[in-house]
Amino acid sequence: MSTLVEIRDLWIEGRSDETWSPIINGASLTLNKGEVLGLIGESGAGKSTLGLAAMGFTRDGVRISKGSVTFDGIDLIAASAAKKRELLGKRIAYVAQSAAASFNPAHKLIDQHTEGPVQHGVMSRAESMKDGIELYRRLRLPNPEEIGFRYPHQVSGGQLQRAMTAMAMSCRPDLIIFDEPTTALDVTTQIEVLASIRDIVEQFNTAAIYITHDLAVVAQMADKIKVLLKGDEVEEADTRTMLAHPKEDYTKSLWAVRAFERPQKPAVYTGATPVVSVQNVSAAYGKIPVLHDVSFDIHEGRTVAVVGESGSGKSTTARCITGLLPPTKGVIEFDGQPLPANYKSRNKDQLRQAQMIYQMADTALNPRKSIGEIIGRPVQFYMGLTGKQKRRRVEELLDEIELPAAQYFDRLPSELSGGQKQRIGIARALAAEPKFIICDEVTSALDQLVAEGILKLLARLQDDLKLSYMFITHDLATVKAIADEVVVMKEGKVVEQGPKHDMFVPPHHPYTDLLLSSVPEMDPDWLTNLLNERGVDNIGDAAVDKMS
Amino acid sequence: MNTLLTLVLILVMVAAGGWVFRFAGQKVTGNAPAFRDMPFAVAFGYVLGACLLLFSIWYFFQPTTTEAGVPNAGVVFFRWAVQFFIIAAIAAFLFRLLGRTVGTAGSRKLFRQMPLTASFGVLVVILYAFTAIFAAWIAPHGQEEIFAKVNVLPGGNAATGGDPLHPLGTDQIGRDLLSRLIYGAQNTVGIAFVTTCLAFFLGGSLGFLAATLQGWLDQILSRAVDVLMAIPSLIFALLLMTIASAWAGSERWLLTIYMIIIIAVIDSTRVFRLARAVGLNIVVMDYIEAAKLRGEGLGYLIFKEILPNATAPLLAEFGLRFCFVFLTIASLSFLGVGIQPPLADWGTMVRDSAQFINFAAFSPLTAALPLLAAGAIALLTVGVNFVVDWMLHRSSGLKE
Repeated sequence: MSTLVEIRDLWIEGRSDETWSPIINGASLTLNKGEVLGLIGESGAGKSTLGLAAMGFTRDGVRISKGSVTFDGIDLIAASAAKKRELLGKRIAYVAQSAAASFNPAHKLIDQHTEGPVQHGVMSRAESMKDGIELYRRLRLPNPEEIGFRYPHQVSGGQLQRAMTAMAMSCRPDLIIFDEPTTALDVTTQIEVLASIRDIVEQFNTAAIYITHDLAVVAQMADKIKVLLKGDEVEEADTRTMLAHPKEDYTKSLWAVRAFERPQKPAVYTGATPVVSVQNVSAAYGKIPVLHDVSFDIHEGRTVAVVGESGSGKSTTARCITGLLPPTKGVIEFDGQPLPANYKSRNKDQLRQAQMIYQMADTALNPRKSIGEIIGRPVQFYMGLTGKQKRRRVEELLDEIELPAAQYFDRLPSELSGGQKQRIGIARALAAEPKFIICDEVTSALDQLVAEGILKLLARLQDDLKLSYMFITHDLATVKAIADEVVVMKEGKVVEQGPKHDMFVPPHHPYTDLLLSSVPEMDPDWLTNLLNERGVDNIGDAAVDKMS
Repeated sequence: MNTLLTLVLILVMVAAGGWVFRFAGQKVTGNAPAFRDMPFAVAFGYVLGACLLLFSIWYFFQPTTTEAGVPNAGVVFFRWAVQFFIIAAIAAFLFRLLGRTVGTAGSRKLFRQMPLTASFGVLVVILYAFTAIFAAWIAPHGQEEIFAKVNVLPGGNAATGGDPLHPLGTDQIGRDLLSRLIYGAQNTVGIAFVTTCLAFFLGGSLGFLAATLQGWLDQILSRAVDVLMAIPSLIFALLLMTIASAWAGSERWLLTIYMIIIIAVIDSTRVFRLARAVGLNIVVMDYIEAAKLRGEGLGYLIFKEILPNATAPLLAEFGLRFCFVFLTIASLSFLGVGIQPPLADWGTMVRDSAQFINFAAFSPLTAALPLLAAGAIALLTVGVNFVVDWMLHRSSGLKE
């Protein structure tokens, strides 16, 4: 095999606060023709920067300070802008994380598809259109003849991601960079994108750099894996060796994250009054019904995980419980007492008892307020504490979430990392001294190691304070880690519910089965086996559709 | 035809120069990336810029009077402009240097990151504010004081029709122009400031209220604002001022109050639009939802949660709106329904001496009379815009 991309001792710097700080410290990699390299690491590890550098490209405010990037014998750092223009799109292509944000919403898919080949003179427009339809077919998009004539907003996220892969393939490049192409997708959709990317890369013998933070995904896709940590290379090995015998401690810790699991708590005796009881709730946005007859109970000191794909009504259920969306039918009881449907008619104590932690800590904390003010407000509002007492209470809460109070009290949210922000969100909820907390996808925006820390913190707080959680998530690994009971939702209905240990042992509802089997496993043969098992036409959306 | 040919010839030569420049750059620097990837348009721009610079230097050193003894007005005004530009640049640089060495750590850091344009803007704003506040102490004469000498030219040189007593000359009825310019700062700028504050109070609070409550209140307020905005603002202001002057009768000061209210209401519609749009973006944030679910009242939501996040765009809008209000007042005064004489006002001053601009070709000093007041307006507008640009830049790059 001949070498396609060679990066030697590459140093990349980014500009912040008037100085240049390092992003990549002396990375090297070699990629042969037709080979797939997986780049993994946490956010800020420099995976995307390195991936882009392999195209000879740096983002604004970023520069290559040292080293060389060679693509098929061409020095990309020294190459002129004209020379690079010739290569990019034609021989090197890029697939971005969010296809929805990367497609131009004003043009049809096929028109954007043909742009590259026509511009580079590879094909005429008509040829490229025919080829595009062929690629859509190979990527198993539904109605390949017609789907290209839709606008980006008219197709689903998974389909859009595949259309983007087709676009990257349009000039038959030698190298494609995939930058987290499935991170924003549901597990069931993720499978079909993974399968089609893998197939097409194999069919055309294209080399690829696959950037992701999800180990199980990279295990399916890559021939070899490189682990990055804060711009430094940790280790590189071929996939099977890496999975079986990771050498470095950091890699081992990444591997171990998935092992965290709480022991199942004993069943609640049947006569107990649940803290929150959702009874036959239906809800609608305007005239469109979104929830149908949802019922479940949450008992003291227990965690109920609500699982489902996006659009299944998980967050809507939470909005009904908090009173933001009054249900059209059914009641929500708190400690045996019915709660007013609208939050505006609930009294201060009812509001205090049910708190919420949000998915995006960035938008959940007011960026202009200091940590002390953010946590102090509910302390003052509900407990009536002021001055020194309030400060002492806030410091206690900061202690509780394992952040040193002296250091963080006066900071603004922008001066914290993602995991720390999420901890502040937890502290704000705790400040109200609630009995019940709704956790809405609290770990899905975080790196795996950080997410594990948050889950452990939540578990400890539950044991200490007898809290009840409603844990909304789409990640079954999280469910395994923290739930006592599981509620599976699909299209606004509860399809299955029960204790965790029952849910993970067959037999279960076919939809639960589909969800469970769609979670990537660390076994490199998992995807192949799964596809053989299900049959090519029965994965992802197709499988979901068949069920309903 | 001849001029057209010359122009085309110059353009072709500049274009050729651009190509030669890029080619020479590539050869001399050994094909450095800056020259290698330079588009032709950029090279053309460099050469054109260099040509213009050379022309300006040549033009600057032309004699101020022609051989026939007639003043060469173009050269005179160009020299004034260049001299003013250089002085302003030096002043801004010195001011920034001062700011970098004196003051608290925070203000020093602010000045370190400040571009020269912004420091010029800040300097202008400070100078205007100082002049406006201390007008009574700075001005050599009163704004209504009338002297015997009429139409004295600026410059203070008796040989060229000036008078050392009146460095900027006097107007048609003999009032000292320097004093009137200084008092004008107090009247025009002061009234504009009060008006803008009122417009922001009205538009801002109603805009946030509409964004937070939405529903029918938002509909009523927004449609009312649409109706007000549909009428051309200057015409509308003129119309209302005519009505107001009938109400005010002989009470001249009342007319000023009416003017403040009228302009504030008309301008508050723009502020309302901005505040509502910014507010709507903030209201959907999870932290607002968290505050609502906590049971917070409307006042807390608007002033403690929304307002702190809207300050950057509102502050920028304040600068721009201030300029518009200021220009509206000057226009109204120019049209005769704004600030009433004998109060000094820049708009009125421009109107009173407007016809002198016709003498520019024969006596540049005479033409300087209307230019002084107009320049005072222009300078403040430019200065405020520099500051606003900088603030917008800072607030947009806040997330780095």
